[in-house]
Amino acid sequence: MADSKQLYQEVILDHNRKPRNWGVLADATHRAEGHNPLCGDHLTLTLKLSDEAVDAINFQGESCAICKASASMMTTAVKGKSRDDAERLVQEFRDLATGKLDAASPHHLGRLTVFAGMRDLPTRVKCAILPWHTLHAALNSVASTTTEAEEDPMHAPVGNA
Amino acid sequence: MNALQIGRARAPAGGLDVERIRADFPILKLKVNGKPLVFLDNAASSQMPQPVLDRWIRYQTTQHSNIHRAVHYLSEIATAEYEGARKKLAAFINAKEEREVIFTSGTTDAINLVAHGYGRKFVGAGDEIVLTTLEHHSNIVPWQMVAEEKGARIRVAPVNDRGELIIEEYLKLLSPRTKLVSVGHVSNALGTINPVREMIAAAHEKGIPVLVDGAQAAPHMKLDMQALDCDFYAFSGHKMFGPTGIGVLYGKAGWLEKMQPYKGGGDMILSVTFEKTIYNVIPGKFEAGTPPIAAAITLGAAADYITGVGMERIHAHETDLLDYATDRVNRLPGVRIIGTAEKKAAVLSFVVDGVHPHDVGTLLNEEGVAVRTGHHCAQPVMSRFGIPATSRASFAFYNTHAEVDALVAGIKKVQKVFG
Repeated sequence: MADSKQLYQEVILDHNRKPRNWGVLADATHRAEGHNPLCGDHLTLTLKLSDEAVDAINFQGESCAICKASASMMTTAVKGKSRDDAERLVQEFRDLATGKLDAASPHHLGRLTVFAGMRDLPTRVKCAILPWHTLHAALNSVASTTTEAEEDPMHAPVGNA
Repeated sequence: MNALQIGRARAPAGGLDVERIRADFPILKLKVNGKPLVFLDNAASSQMPQPVLDRWIRYQTTQHSNIHRAVHYLSEIATAEYEGARKKLAAFINAKEEREVIFTSGTTDAINLVAHGYGRKFVGAGDEIVLTTLEHHSNIVPWQMVAEEKGARIRVAPVNDRGELIIEEYLKLLSPRTKLVSVGHVSNALGTINPVREMIAAAHEKGIPVLVDGAQAAPHMKLDMQALDCDFYAFSGHKMFGPTGIGVLYGKAGWLEKMQPYKGGGDMILSVTFEKTIYNVIPGKFEAGTPPIAAAITLGAAADYITGVGMERIHAHETDLLDYATDRVNRLPGVRIIGTAEKKAAVLSFVVDGVHPHDVGTLLNEEGVAVRTGHHCAQPVMSRFGIPATSRASFAFYNTHAEVDALVAGIKKVQKVFG
């Protein structure tokens, strides 16, 4: 059973208190709104891509600590990465949070593994995944997404835009 | 046990013996995350005491059959017990007649029954349905569906900063175009008790029928349909210590007789040919198909249980508990109570500065404390107070001061983690 020392680790609390890359990019090339209708969490994600790489990424919104920290850490993880690398991280993070990540195979999540405890909290998994979900939508030019959407972009294979 | 604890444990003269009551609820002995379960999510669904659970088992093991059909022993006894439950529920809410009690699957189903049976028949283009800001989504969406279909309009009576209905604004909304008022008796999100008697009387002066959503009132206060004089009253079994899947729509016989059936099927007919069907009389007209027989009979036992404990005693205990919790939470710096109406029932909604309610809920869960977090299916209430969500502790008569203390200790821990 996850206790708060596992889930609410200092790195998560720190990103919640001082979210990195907070705001909305004025010169964004990609943008998506993410919304979880079950809890009301929402965030706006703006990206500036050039040569298929993430030059800049910002997020802003209202959400729980898990969602905000996940979004903040996501922005630092994908900044400077290629579109394909960002999409691969989306897939790996989703697998991590839902307990499907193969521990034996190499991954690129680094410090994002602090979210591994989410797999024991099915009611909170969507909080952690929402920013990644929204990133995937933005990269695929889907203007808005929800965790409950029928056209949920996460249901489509990643990187097929 | 110190003097203070003894003082708290001892029930006032003629008051509630909470420890004895708790012994009736097997689930309250559970441990969650190694801590005793502190169940403060009663507004979402309450727990069942042993005598009520026993009633379900007794029905299924010695009385079960389909009802209103066969001539054999079990069918007769099951029918008698099912109709006996209707009689108990009619007495529980002081309905004038038993046939005014319709078994539904719950409050949502009951409201939808009226939206269909009354709304689709009596609401037309340009008509208006009056609601309040405090409504649960289940008392908003069915009316929006009717309004959209019929070209009618939803009007909303506002609340003040304490979460109390502004009665003058409500009165202004009542007009010749108003075809129905539908109002929650007690707000599930804030606990506000609406002045339903006054609201009903005002509507009736203009010939407007009133539906009261009583889902949050039934477990906490004496219901008296004849004194209230509402036209419809809806409530759920699982919020009043009964099972899920059963609820009640009370309706004045005069309205129920005029309304169109909600669902077609067996039991709701007198005769069927392919040319024409004659509908059954009430309540059968609204109970198509095999009803949740066991659940209805068990709900009857839940009503008996509540009556046995005594609604006055329940009310006194819960008022004391809410006052104690309100006082303790008010003393916590950085915690704000949402919903401070003068008249409230058993609900304490709050926000912790800088901490999202979902994080509050997860951390409280680690202490074994179950609260609801989110918008409580009342997003217009959240918008009114400019917040996305709250944490909500909601009480039942089996909750104790010690459980309020556990809640307060849990909130302090939340603040420490996020400090």
